[in-house]
Amino acid sequence: MAARDGLSGVGPPLAGGQPAAPQGLSKEEKLQLRKEKKQQKKKRRDEMGQPADSPILGQPHTQLPVVKRVPEHVQVDDPAAQKRLAKKLERQQVPLRPDYGAKVNLFSHLHQYSRKVPLTQQMSIPAIAIHPAVVRLGLQYSQGLLNGSNARCLALLQVFRQVIRDYSTPPSEELSRDLVAKLKPYISFLNQCRPLSASMGNAIKYLKKEISGLSSTLREEEAKGKLQESIDKYVREKIQLAAEAISKYAFEKISDGDVILVYGCSSLVNRTLCDAHTKRAFRVIVVDSRPRLEGRDTLRRLVREGIRCTYVMITAISYVLPEVSKVLLGAHALLANGSVMSRVGTSQIALVSKAYNVPVLVCCETYKFCERVQTDSFVSNELDDPDDLILPRKGAQLGGWKENTSLRLLNLVYDVTPPELVDLVITDLGMIPCTSVPVVLRVKNVEQ
Amino acid sequence: MEPLSTVSQTDVLVLSCDLITDVALHEVVDLFRAHDATVSMLMKKAHEPTEMIPGQKGKKKPVEQRDFIGVDDTGKRLLFMANEADLDEELVIKRSLLQKHPRVHLRTGLVDAHLYCLKKYVVDFLAENRSLTSLRSELIPYLVRKQFSSAACVRQGRDSKEQDQKKDEKSLDIYSFVKGDSLLELAPDKSCWNNLRGDMSEAFHGGRVRCYVHIMTEGLCYRVNTLGLYIEANRQVPKLLPALLCPEEPLVHASAQVADRTLVGSDSIIGPSTQVGEKTSIKHSVIGTTCTIKDRVKITNCIIMNSVTIEDGCSLQNCLICHNAVIEKGADLRDCLIGSGQRLEPKAKHLNEVIVGSEQLMEI
Repeated sequence: MAARDGLSGVGPPLAGGQPAAPQGLSKEEKLQLRKEKKQQKKKRRDEMGQPADSPILGQPHTQLPVVKRVPEHVQVDDPAAQKRLAKKLERQQVPLRPDYGAKVNLFSHLHQYSRKVPLTQQMSIPAIAIHPAVVRLGLQYSQGLLNGSNARCLALLQVFRQVIRDYSTPPSEELSRDLVAKLKPYISFLNQCRPLSASMGNAIKYLKKEISGLSSTLREEEAKGKLQESIDKYVREKIQLAAEAISKYAFEKISDGDVILVYGCSSLVNRTLCDAHTKRAFRVIVVDSRPRLEGRDTLRRLVREGIRCTYVMITAISYVLPEVSKVLLGAHALLANGSVMSRVGTSQIALVSKAYNVPVLVCCETYKFCERVQTDSFVSNELDDPDDLILPRKGAQLGGWKENTSLRLLNLVYDVTPPELVDLVITDLGMIPCTSVPVVLRVKNVEQ
Repeated sequence: MEPLSTVSQTDVLVLSCDLITDVALHEVVDLFRAHDATVSMLMKKAHEPTEMIPGQKGKKKPVEQRDFIGVDDTGKRLLFMANEADLDEELVIKRSLLQKHPRVHLRTGLVDAHLYCLKKYVVDFLAENRSLTSLRSELIPYLVRKQFSSAACVRQGRDSKEQDQKKDEKSLDIYSFVKGDSLLELAPDKSCWNNLRGDMSEAFHGGRVRCYVHIMTEGLCYRVNTLGLYIEANRQVPKLLPALLCPEEPLVHASAQVADRTLVGSDSIIGPSTQVGEKTSIKHSVIGTTCTIKDRVKITNCIIMNSVTIEDGCSLQNCLICHNAVIEKGADLRDCLIGSGQRLEPKAKHLNEVIVGSEQLMEI
């Protein structure tokens, strides 16, 4: 800006300044001109008396409003955004995954991939641009072998730990800057395999901060050791100890003779129930839904512990709810307005429970708290492979859905439960109402 | 096998050098990566060779020594592998296998492509264990068997400690080489994916050794280790070469001098610097470099290697002629195999014969 001012001569006349000079000025003269302009501007500002940085009174000076761009993964129907994405991926040598099948109009702004077309088809063997452990992780995500927010985040942190172990700084670079640049293509690759979850996003943010915060005086081995320690600390504190704390808090809410309803498969809820089973007598109703049928795994884990279980499909919840005393749900993320983002079907369970006056408790660690605000499930979601909806038996009616132009299949992964339907959120900081989520986020930001 | 373990720091892909295939390699490697498999391999359904192999008396079975391959419902996990040669009269299937996988699909008539992805610890195991000499006939069946048997040291118990120390060199078990990463095992524990339903155990029953196979249904996959397969592969080449390898290069090489282009079939390959005389018809054949083929020769369904001379008026059908052979005028050959450097007398008539020099040994 200062350079433009100097060359075009726009603005208030300079005290003793030179007139707008043509491009024939030498470099030193230009620099001198720029310096003078800056000093004059500063003098003018001091004369006026107030810095113009924080127009709103009372706002802390350290927090500047951040402009957030709409992320590219919810702008699939915008060709300009997709072109930008393609260029970025090409620069990072990450293959672009093609979309599959016709999408429902309401969700045409989201990606829809096919499980049978893996991203590794376009990559060389062995993978050169991407670390092989990252390729393996991406493959496990896209094939659906690693499910669940905690599992994905743990695997991601482990793989990044290995990447850091195998990393060596190139001679003319600094570890703190080069490592972050190295991780960017890996994150793009994982994003192409399957959109990142909120837990993974927060973990990556933490890791990037740790890397950038490394002092340049450390040797490479020390720096790598420090990073690996910080990853271990994150896993231990935010995931493992948090799970223990949540299990203890939730245990206080479970009493003898309870009938607890759970939905799908949440590692946290499973752990809570297995821990509480030794000290309390209760029974569990496991609700499941197609096409993922994750409740079967919950059923297996609980029955192995000896808990009495009932298994129903989500279509039967209004039949079982009269006998349920409380509902325990897991979450994929907690949004800044208190909404709960979880597996599709959760909002239905919360809605019907509210109609039957059954308390709904959500268990969620604080590292899954997200600064995003969503009031509906359409604006940001994930579309899974539509072929999963086809039943694998002969004469399946949906088998020829691609030939039928007026038929579109929708396989949603997440949905958003509004805060009015949730009675309590159990976190590692304690038991809080849904409306206190922004407070926790603010406290977390100030700590960092 | 020993130098390999010092060279390789990562998992290895082992290929046989007589393999010709157009498989999408990522299918095999993805199985290896996604399921964290110990070994992953490639197989193809064998098909009957349609034509006679020169020099062979009588028909032969497509897959000579049958392999019994057992796969699970998805067709990807390899549960059972046995060769007909190792079995007496019965096929023995272990109970532990059936308990974990009640449905096993047994297939014969599959050809092993000898393409394996092996984990690093398998290579280390091979380096330590001298008793295994062959990859295909010993190591792979051993790994497939080990999927369903527990580690030997667990079964032996604690009272036979002295015997353990003596047997230590001999009873090296793959489980002692399997390296687990404790943090990496936390993640699948929290994940809700399971490869089996209907029982209480976790994915893979906690088994650490897992073998996978990718069975190709279409596409080309030849191991040219027998004469029949070699000829079959050569016959497939003219159809596949334009699509696969070099779409711009014509099948008839530019430097070949062919008098009558019209008599050369569209699926024949003629190598560089070959001279073909007038009124010579060439159909469905592969002709190498620097050959000299004179006039009025009829060549059908042959494979002619480099630097062969074929004089006037010959008629060759379904033959394989090796390097530097000379076929004199008027010869009539059918279903023959001519060794390299052989010279046939003029007007020779041969049907279904193998003509090689006494110093050359050729296996059919």
